[in-house]
Parts: sequence; structure tokens; C-alpha cells
Amino acid sequence: MIPAPFAYACPSTIDEALQAVASGGEDVKILAGGQSLIPVMRLRLAAPETVVDLTRVAELRGVREDGDAIVIGAMTTHSDVLADPLIARYAPLIAEATETVADRQVRHRGTFGGALAHADPAGDLPAVALALDAEFVVAGLEGRRTVAASDFFVDYLTTVLQEGELLVEIRVPRREGWGMHYEKFTRVAQAWSIVAVAAAVRMEGSRIAEARIGLTNMGPTPLRASATEAALTGAEATAEVIAAAAQHAAENTSPSSDLNAQADYRHHLAQVLTRRAVTAAAGL
Amino acid sequence: MTQISVRVDGTPYDDDVEPRTLLVHYLREQLGKVGTVVGCDTSNCGACTVHLDGEAVKSCTVFAVQADGCEVTTIEGISPNGTLHPMQKAFHEMHGLQCGFCTPGMIMASIDLVNDNPDPSEDEVREGIEGNLCRCTGYQNIVRAVQQAAGEMHGRSTAGDTLGAQS
Repeated sequence: MIPAPFAYACPSTIDEALQAVASGGEDVKILAGGQSLIPVMRLRLAAPETVVDLTRVAELRGVREDGDAIVIGAMTTHSDVLADPLIARYAPLIAEATETVADRQVRHRGTFGGALAHADPAGDLPAVALALDAEFVVAGLEGRRTVAASDFFVDYLTTVLQEGELLVEIRVPRREGWGMHYEKFTRVAQAWSIVAVAAAVRMEGSRIAEARIGLTNMGPTPLRASATEAALTGAEATAEVIAAAAQHAAENTSPSSDLNAQADYRHHLAQVLTRRAVTAAAGL
Repeated sequence: MTQISVRVDGTPYDDDVEPRTLLVHYLREQLGKVGTVVGCDTSNCGACTVHLDGEAVKSCTVFAVQADGCEVTTIEGISPNGTLHPMQKAFHEMHGLQCGFCTPGMIMASIDLVNDNPDPSEDEVREGIEGNLCRCTGYQNIVRAVQQAAGEMHGRSTAGDTLGAQS
């Protein structure tokens, strides 16, 4: 189908973009890579009055180092994330998860910030951002604010972003020497996660000093597997210890039942995938 | 209407388009480039794949206005001198198509893959073209074709490398 008509703005700076959003009327949609927005516009599930396209806002693209963090511009495409040496070195979990997003055509257009702001519970990057303790820098006409990943995701397809605000960059703490792994379960090519687990582990000798685990599609927002993290902290990294800790992975989750899986099956998957993800991250 | 300037298959165009016009509709209906087809219209099948500034994209999931100032290459522009592109030749020789509807997109995605990975393994080809669906399920020969073309595009002899097309 063909999308409903809309007014189109194509700003080239963040300030122009914020102005365009502010003056766009009642129903403004921000277009990042468009790989989720254009499909819903084609189905007319969305018919915004104005579309503000961020494609030409060069300052929103790219990855840089800033102190003890790497800073990823919201409009950095998935393909650029995959090729980036800073991400490969300090946050390889992001690259590993990004590689599983959709297909290469979609990854050429789709963006890191767009996927996070869209906040699809089956999307791969929100749980990764949560596991890595990312911070979200949000710009508005009044200035900027920084939101922790644990506060950013509010509900199904809903974030703390207010009308008129723009996600401009994501700060990810540098985690050199951590082991990381993204374990995704899906049935067919280019599909969304049925469940996936993002694990980051810091080893001290044979013990796990810190473990951070994010769960994809185990509720309306990404979740941490807190009980598993607690069970792993300070523990000897053995197959038995990890398997026992992973039994707690689905605690305090509320996955949906849908065509892909019932909730109880998702509980099972969370445990199995957490065991695999932590095992790989710990280098066993 | 918004004015755009694009180069498509090497030819510059200045056109007025509605912002809601999808790139695939602009290519087919305004420029007559009907070699690029609409398959699923849901961003899944990849039949409409073209190259936008050298990268494979699904042209049903890009607005024509977003191609302003860009270079678009369609299946009609990969071999301007009338001979077949190595990827087209390999699809022909290896029987990498049955009904042929997915072929333009398969070829455009495969060229993009081989540009990034000059010598993909069978698994890498299957992963690399996961965004393209063939409803005839002729994947075996498509994979063989991509591997043969990769050899030819990067100057490796493929003689004796392959058992040939199999049905």
C-alpha cells in the first residue's frame, strides 16, 4: 500500500530538527532509518501529519570516545555499528546483537538510535543497552537531559521520550576485558527474537566478579535477570554454577503468549539461553 | 511535491515527487524502471532491492525523497554495455532461478554481499541473502550461483570448483 500523505521536513542539524518537530503540528513522526516506521505507514497503522527525516543530520552519525565511555550517534546505521572499531573493542555485545538484526538491506538503513527509540520488546538492542548500562542523551528545545537505560524503557513501544524530544546519542561505558555474548532464539531468517539474552561478564581468575544480563522479549520492556546476576557474582565459573544461576533467569518477568510461543515456553527459553550466553561470555 | 535530483543507473533525473512516494514506485512508475519489482510490500521479500549509494536497500522501505542527491543502481544498470554482469551470468549458468520474480533482488543483494565478502562460504551466502525470499525455493542453485560469481568478480578461476547446476 501507499502511505497517507504527509508534510516532509529534512533538517540538517539537531536544532533544525527540534524546530521542525515543534512546528510540525499535532502528529509528528521522527524518521530515523525508517525500517519500522515506513512499514507501518505503508499499512496506514501510522498516518502522521508531518515526518521529520533525520537522514541528513550528520552530527547524529558516528562513534567517538569520550572519557570512560564510547558515544554512539543515534543515526549511526547498524552496518556502521558492525564496522566500528571502538564498538568492537569496548562493547562487542552491541555488534554481536546488531549482526542478528533483520537482514543486510535493513541493516544498511536501520539505525542504533531508531531501534532503541522504537523500543520493540522483540528488538535486540534495548536489552543490550540495558545490560551495558548505557545512557541516553535526549535533546529538546529547552536543552538536554541524560536518562539511564534502566529508566528509558517505560512500556510496550514506549520510552521516556516526550513529544518534541529527540534521542541524539547513546553513551556506553567502555568495558575492556569483559566477556560478552548475545544468544538469540528465533525460528526463521530475518525474524524478531522469540527470546534473546545479552550477557556481559567480568572475570577475575576463575571467578565471575560481575555479571550483567539483559533479556529480550520477556516482557513489554527489556529486563535484567537480577536473580541470576546475584547468584553469579563472586561465584566460581563452572558449568554447574552457571546452570544453577540460569534457573533464576525468568524470575520477575512477564512474557507474552503469541503465535511464536506461549509464556511458559518463553520462561524455559530464558533459562536455557541465559545459561548459554553466560557460559560463552565467561569463556567456558 | 518535493523536487529531487537523483542519478539512476548512471542517468541524472530531476523530478517532483510526493513525499509519500516509495522509491520503488518512483523507479517503476516515473522512470519506467520496471526491472525492479514489488514482491511482498511488507519489507520482507527483498525483490525490490536496489543499491542506494552503493549499498543494498529494500526500495519499498525508502521514500523517493530520501534518495535526493544519491546514486541509485537497479538491476537494469549493473551491466551498461549489454553483456551480463558476472552475477547475472552465474544465475543463468547455475539455474539460480525458476519463475524469476525474486531474481532482480537476489542479484542486487548478492552483489552487495560479494562486495563486502569476496569469498563467502555456503553458510555466509545463506546468511547474506537472508533478506531475500524465493517462493520457488530454488535456494540451492542460487547459493551456487553466488559462489561462482564471487570467484569471477574477484578474479578467481571457478573451473572445476563446482559440480554445476543441479535440479
